[in-house]
Amino acid sequence: MNKPLRRIAIFCGILVLALLVRENWLGYVKADDLNTNAFNKRPTIERYSHPPGNIIVDGKPITGAVKTDSTYYKYKQTWKNGAMWAPVTGYSSQVYGSNELEKIDEGILSGTDPRLFFDRQVSMFTGKQQKGGDVVTTLNADAQKAAYDGLKGKKGAAVAIDPTTGKILALASTPSYDPSTFAAGTTSDEKAWKSLHSDKDQPMLNRALRQTYPPGSTFKLVTSAAALETGKVTDVDAKTDSPLPYIMPGTTTPLKNEGNLPCKDATLRLALTVSCNSVFGHLGVEIGDDAMVKEAKKFGFNAEQFVPVRAAASVFPTDINKSQVALSSIGQFNTRTTPLQMAMVASAIANDGKLMKPYMVDELRSPGLDVIDKTQPKQMSQPLSPENAQKLQSMMESVVNDPQGTGHNAKISGATVGGKTGTAQNGVDNSGKPYAWFVSYAKVHNSSPVAVAVVVEDSKANRDDISGGGLAAPVAKDVMKAVINSGK
Amino acid sequence: MSISNTTTIGAIDAPSRRNTELLLLVFAVAIAVFAYLNVGLALDGKVPSGVLGYALGLAALAGVAHLVVRKFARYADPLLLPLATLLNGIGLVFIWRLDQSQRLIHLAKISYGHFTPSAPKQMLYSAIGVALFVAVLLLLKDHRVLQRYTYVSMFVALVLLIAPVFFPAQFGARIWIRIPGFGSLQPGEFAKIIIAIFFSGYLMVKRDALALASRRFMGIYLPRGRDLGPILVIWALSILILVFETDLGTSLLFFGLFVVMLYVATERTSWIVFGLLMSAVGAVGVATFEPHVQARVTAWLDPFGCYKTSGSCQQIGDALMSFGSGGTLGTGLGQGNSDLIGFAANADFILSTVGEELGLAGTMAILLCYGLIVERGIRTALAARDPFGKLLAVGLSSGFAIQVFVVAGGVMGLIPLTGMTLPFMAYGGSSVLANWALIGILIRISDTARRPAPAPAPSPDAEMTQVVRP
Repeated sequence: MNKPLRRIAIFCGILVLALLVRENWLGYVKADDLNTNAFNKRPTIERYSHPPGNIIVDGKPITGAVKTDSTYYKYKQTWKNGAMWAPVTGYSSQVYGSNELEKIDEGILSGTDPRLFFDRQVSMFTGKQQKGGDVVTTLNADAQKAAYDGLKGKKGAAVAIDPTTGKILALASTPSYDPSTFAAGTTSDEKAWKSLHSDKDQPMLNRALRQTYPPGSTFKLVTSAAALETGKVTDVDAKTDSPLPYIMPGTTTPLKNEGNLPCKDATLRLALTVSCNSVFGHLGVEIGDDAMVKEAKKFGFNAEQFVPVRAAASVFPTDINKSQVALSSIGQFNTRTTPLQMAMVASAIANDGKLMKPYMVDELRSPGLDVIDKTQPKQMSQPLSPENAQKLQSMMESVVNDPQGTGHNAKISGATVGGKTGTAQNGVDNSGKPYAWFVSYAKVHNSSPVAVAVVVEDSKANRDDISGGGLAAPVAKDVMKAVINSGK
Repeated sequence: MSISNTTTIGAIDAPSRRNTELLLLVFAVAIAVFAYLNVGLALDGKVPSGVLGYALGLAALAGVAHLVVRKFARYADPLLLPLATLLNGIGLVFIWRLDQSQRLIHLAKISYGHFTPSAPKQMLYSAIGVALFVAVLLLLKDHRVLQRYTYVSMFVALVLLIAPVFFPAQFGARIWIRIPGFGSLQPGEFAKIIIAIFFSGYLMVKRDALALASRRFMGIYLPRGRDLGPILVIWALSILILVFETDLGTSLLFFGLFVVMLYVATERTSWIVFGLLMSAVGAVGVATFEPHVQARVTAWLDPFGCYKTSGSCQQIGDALMSFGSGGTLGTGLGQGNSDLIGFAANADFILSTVGEELGLAGTMAILLCYGLIVERGIRTALAARDPFGKLLAVGLSSGFAIQVFVVAGGVMGLIPLTGMTLPFMAYGGSSVLANWALIGILIRISDTARRPAPAPAPSPDAEMTQVVRP
């Protein structure tokens, strides 16, 4: 009977061996997979087991943390004035994950980043509670407040950039949401999350970075830049050879102006000041699609931007026929931009042609306040020569200051303001409500501290009232004023 | 029986190894107490107040067991008792650790309205278990006595197996009987031992008939039709258990146990082939129409595919993530999140906590402890001098091995999960009691096996031949 006994012993050995092999498979080979599994609550539990670091604006934290009575997550994150700051921070929820800055710098904020290894070791040995690091942003609280207050009750977005460095000063999007309402996992959090998602106004859409709009007349700034850079126009005050009415090539359709404007053979300055579609459509065709695309790309079109939050790519269409070039050159057809992109256009012009790479994270700091990483301003491209940039600046200033100009509403005493209005058509055959745009910069003592782009969509006002100058310019003005005043 | 086994029986006085056992016991208790301290320090940052009580309690249990073995089973295997003590002690620590989980307390409160800690109860069960162990050694002077109760055992085992059918199902399986005022009992745990006794007695008598009266067909020996009867009955019984009690584990255990014992008794490989075929047919057959079993199989195949929709998938998925997050050395006692598993975290799923908090290293050590118990049990079978003892020892050890495999394999996702308890570690009175009794019987058999053979009676032949001269 002993031979089968020995075999049974071997069989039992194999059973135990199978368990050992399986345990090695789970605990060693598959460990990483299991730990990063989407259903695994442990990383989130770990993350909320200690208060996270803060996102900081103007030296003050705009996020915080409170202890909860949940048996899963010890802390939950809070936001100060969450709706205003949500487009900057994104959300960070125990149940729904995180996005934008909260996601990108999650490692720093939660303290798990490899760069915080030393801090973790210290807190392990000293027995102190582990803490997260801070994310110091470039934002300007006053400018952000001005932008958010100006857009309140409307649907739209505003972006302000410091042209000399590329620092993002304001990044507002309305309607917005308060990330605090769903930071935990209770039923009320779930309700808030669901209602935000079913809201047809899309409060969780970051319009400043992720929504592209037809730029309308504000795109004439890019067309002007292309005309100057290609040498099609050298003197902005010389008459251009512009027919009126302008029949688009290959069609029998005239490219209409808004009202009866003095656009025949108008100078480039006048064309921009009163916003002549016919002049810029004609000019765009003269310049040609390839050169237009090249100039637009220098401003950042046709590529996603990372600030470091991803911004959608703005589009200037390629490989199109001449009539489409004409329409695209006045910001219609398939031309689409994000508010960030238009702010970049204004900032490049204001910074004498140098486009600085926009960014919103200035510093990453360890819990011990050591700087782990600092973003250095970086030039992204040079869409314009300094001379051409100055010519364009003087044209933009005419838009605001000339009696015929469309941008009076942006005038600020004590500062030189250059701007461009836009009223972009929307939908098939203009069926949708137009988008009101205003793109501008302000200059104090020959240096520009701020460039801003504002878009207001679907305003409750009727069509005739919608114009960049009327709706968007006052918001832009308040933002610029806030930046100028805070710099004093 | 072959002649080779005489080599394992010492003709001269074998060392009793009782002092080895004592040393190992001290070691086992020390490890468990250290683990207890570790949990307290990790959870509260101070030495837990119950440590002295725990240490004294465990040491007292181990001490009593040791003294009884020293007195009544002098030649018993020295490893079995320390291994059982170690596993029981560590199990208590884990149950106590999970008692302090805020998540489980909260869960119990919202589900039942109150929370009662399990560790004190498990301590009591352990004490009763050791008492049962002592009782086995005191009352069972020779394991061959059990042979007399072959058919009584069969009857008792059947009653125990069938009884849960008349009680309501709990947690999706009908494996409990509820005795008002006392609590619930898992009769399957006791049936495991009793049915091993029946099989041993039955097979000892029938093994020659089963082994020899067979026809050869395609290279294997087929048993005669009427000899097939018993295996068919057992097979049918395990299928019935599966269907009516939805208890895959017990069903697997009984059938496996029977096939192993049949094989050992008859030395015919054909029984293994038969056994495997029949269990495959049974398993597939039942799985096609039993939704409870189907859910378990689905959860086993892809726990994360159905994680959101099925509780079974969630349990097994959570268990797998526990093992994964343990890594090589574990998070440390008291610092894991295995309580995310929720209900049964301290029972069927207790190995997940081991996996998470002691990691790969700790889990392998625990599994090897189980492996050692099985190995010592089979060694006892090899050393046993009587066929009944051999069969009983191998039956109990392989049953133990199958149970460990079924539950640990289930929790680790190696096989579909079944409702079984991990011997000695999982929370549950029936399990602890039955397994202490099992160790008691193994110790009794090993004592008989290792006991020096009585000195041969003086043989008249050995005397000097007297030459009678006429």
